[in-house]
This record gives sequence, C-alpha cells and structure tokens, in this order.
Amino acid sequence: MADMNPITVWRKLLALPNESRTKTLVMAFLVSAICALGVSGATVILRPIQAANRAAEQQARLEGLIAGIPGMSELLAAEGGSLSTVVVDLTEAKAATEVTPATLSVALEDNANWTGLSEGQDIAGLGQRPDYAQVYFLRGADGEISLALLPISGAGYVGPIDAILALRADMNTIAGLAVLGQSETPGLGGRIEEPAWLSQWRGKEIADASGAVRFAVAKGRASSEFEVDGITGATRTSSAVTRIMRFWLGPDGYGPLIDAIQRGEF
Amino acid sequence: MPARASLWSTLTDPLVHQNPVTLQILGICSALAVTTSVATALTMSAALTAVLVMSAGLISLIRHHIPGSIRLIVQIVIVASLVIVIDQILQAYLFEISQKLSVFVSLITTNCLVLGRTESFSRHNPPGRSMVDALGNGLGYSLVLVVIGSVRELFGAGSLLGLQVFQTVDQGGWFTPLSLMLLAPSAFFLLGGLVWILRTLLPDQTETLELLSPDKPEDLS
Repeated sequence: MADMNPITVWRKLLALPNESRTKTLVMAFLVSAICALGVSGATVILRPIQAANRAAEQQARLEGLIAGIPGMSELLAAEGGSLSTVVVDLTEAKAATEVTPATLSVALEDNANWTGLSEGQDIAGLGQRPDYAQVYFLRGADGEISLALLPISGAGYVGPIDAILALRADMNTIAGLAVLGQSETPGLGGRIEEPAWLSQWRGKEIADASGAVRFAVAKGRASSEFEVDGITGATRTSSAVTRIMRFWLGPDGYGPLIDAIQRGEF
Repeated sequence: MPARASLWSTLTDPLVHQNPVTLQILGICSALAVTTSVATALTMSAALTAVLVMSAGLISLIRHHIPGSIRLIVQIVIVASLVIVIDQILQAYLFEISQKLSVFVSLITTNCLVLGRTESFSRHNPPGRSMVDALGNGLGYSLVLVVIGSVRELFGAGSLLGLQVFQTVDQGGWFTPLSLMLLAPSAFFLLGGLVWILRTLLPDQTETLELLSPDKPEDLS
C-alpha cells in the first residue's frame, strides 16, 4: 500500500495543501532541525577562535594591570626584570612540582586536585577550590619578587566574578586589581570594571599589624586604608567583592602562600 | 526592459523614498543604540543587511510550503538562527566591535525591519527579487545609521571612524566635545530631525492624519 520511496514521499508531502496538519508538523520539524544544525555547527566551529579571542583579551587586561601600576613597566623593561608564570600548590604553599602551566588545565580536570569547602569556609561561593593556581611574579634585577599577580574568583550578585589582584613586594599593599570577567548589572554592579573605581585600590592594605585580613569594600565612602569606596546601588556586588577578597587572602586561599613569600621562600 | 527597471527600483526605492527607518519608522531601537560611532554603526548595518538578505532568500525559497498557521514562527526561527550564526562570526572575527555591540546583534531577531520585509515581501516574491528588496532595505537602514553615527561621532568625539577630525580641548585643540551626542537622547533628536527634513523635502512622505483634531467635529461623520 504505502509507497516508501523517499522521493515519492517527499513529492507527496510537497503536494499536500499547506493547511494540512501533517505538512504543518513536518515543516515545523524540518525548519527547526535545519536551523538547529546551522546554529550548533557555527558555534562548534567558531568556538576555538572565540576562546582564543577571550584569552587574548585577558592577557591584554593583565598587561594593562601591570602597565597601570607606577614603576612596573620600567621594571619589566629594565635588564633582568621578568614576569614568570608559576603554578603554586595552595595547600602546601609552595611551587607545584608535578604541575606546570601547560598541564594545569589537565590537572584541574581531575577531581582529586580540588578541595571541597564547608559552608563556613566557602564565603566566596565557590563550592570547591582548586589545589593548584597559576600566579605570576614580577622580579626585579636582584631576583626579588616586586609584584605578585594572584587570580581570584567567586560568586558575584549575578554571575561569577574573575579578577587578578596585584600585590606589592611586602605582600600587604595592593598594587591594583583587574577584573577579567563579570556579568553584574550593567551600570550598577557592572561598574566594578570601571578604571575609576579600580584605580582607588592602589595603595590599600590587606591586613593589620596582627595579620588579620581587614580589607573590605566600604558601604559608602572608604574610611580607612583597608577600604575602597562602595558602589552606590550595588551593595550585593560590593559585598561579594569583599567576600571574594577575604576568602582568597584568608587561610583557604592564598594566605599560606602570602606568608611563605613574606618569609622569603620564593 | 521593464523587469530590470523594476528590479533596479526595488533596490533603490528603500534608500530614500521608501526608507524603512525614516518613512516606516522600523528598526529604530538598534538605530538609536549603536550609532555612537561610525564603526559600530557600520558593523551593525552589515550584520543586519546580511541577516535580512539571507532570511529573505530562504523564506522566499520555501514560500509555497510555509503553512499559514505557523508562518510567523517559521520566519522568526529562520531569522533567529541566522542572527545567532552572525553573532558567533562577529565574536570570532570582530571581537572588539562585538563587545561594543553587546546585545544589539542578538536583538536583530526582534528588529521589525527584518520580519516586516520577510512577511510583506519575501512571502510573495521569488528569491532573486526578495533578496534585491532585502538588500535595498538593508542599505536604506545602513544609510540612516551611518548618517546618524557620523554626526554623533563627529560632534561627540571630534573623530570619524576613529580618525581625529577636530582637535579636542583635551588634545590641545579648540573643539569641546558635545557629550550629549554620545548619549542615547541625541539619537532621538537626530533621527527626528532627519525625518523632519526628509518629509519637508518630500511632502508625499507625510502621513495622512489618522485622528482628526477635535475642533472639527463636523468631519467625524
């Protein structure tokens, strides 16, 4: 009875009146399927190029961060000055021996290289923390660390916030902050990306003489050397930034590493 | 050769006489948002024209087989897919400009201009003519965007396509940039002014009043 030759079936379908239910359903399915193929194809093919673009943008922001800190470009340009990339073991607070920058992404695919955070520890809203982090050290001609760039991340109000914190040689003075990625409300929380807000981070201090982390984004105007101005209308983004900073500078973040650098172990 | 002449007028009519933005006031949301500089206006114009031409061609190809009951959603799905593809291409090859255009490329999907042309023209005409019509409309839209973008960039930043034309005060010149030009309201003023000029020069573009003024009640019969 039914002729299953695909060409005949196709012709029959096309000959159906446009109002017929079968044709409506088949057309709807075909159009969505073809469009889905096109969209997925474009996304998959172009993803590597887009990822490279984003990486280049992050690199540019990192360089912008260094260039924006007074004296750093000269140091980098001067003889002997170099920016080195180091993978550090956050638990041991020393340079990782098995993991290199090239193998870091592979290592982080392994769940064994992540540490789960309990609710009390997880103030940055991360869920778990990688055991290895890629940090950058800028060394002067004498080989001493004069600037450390530490990537930090955490949950913002809308989405994740990724940034790089630059610390001076004393590991207590902030040299600058560069926001690499955020999806906060444009015009409110999104202003954490603005140079005007980021510029006031320079010269702020992290911890007081007793070593307790005091840094915070103020509610309103900054009133001490440990605070930067809050952003009006973006209370939750501001407090998220405070929590991210407190986490990464604390004992579960870079705290041990910072102590080790201050002891001169790097 | 009447066919060629009409094909030519299909292409050129939407540039001024049937301009989709100034006559039909279609697609002005993006026209206001992305015209702070000529570069973004040009990219947006190219993206919209590409989407418009391709969707017109595709929809015209299958025009005899689009069921009436789902025709709008079929058109929107095709347009939306093309927009996503174009957006992905921009993010891959024109990353910086795509960052500036942000959501406005995705919003081409809801640009009335695109659906307006596919619904009113492509559904009733063969692919060649539809694509010529789409190209004409795309170019008409681009023309308006580039004009407004040029004025805004020239007076708002003293430059054109990033090249400094007027030396601004900051750079030691004489020109004080009009910051208003870089804000959204200026695009409203400029577009309004452009429509006004066009309708003064070409009085047949003026719309007939849809509502009568209340002081002539005898005309209501």
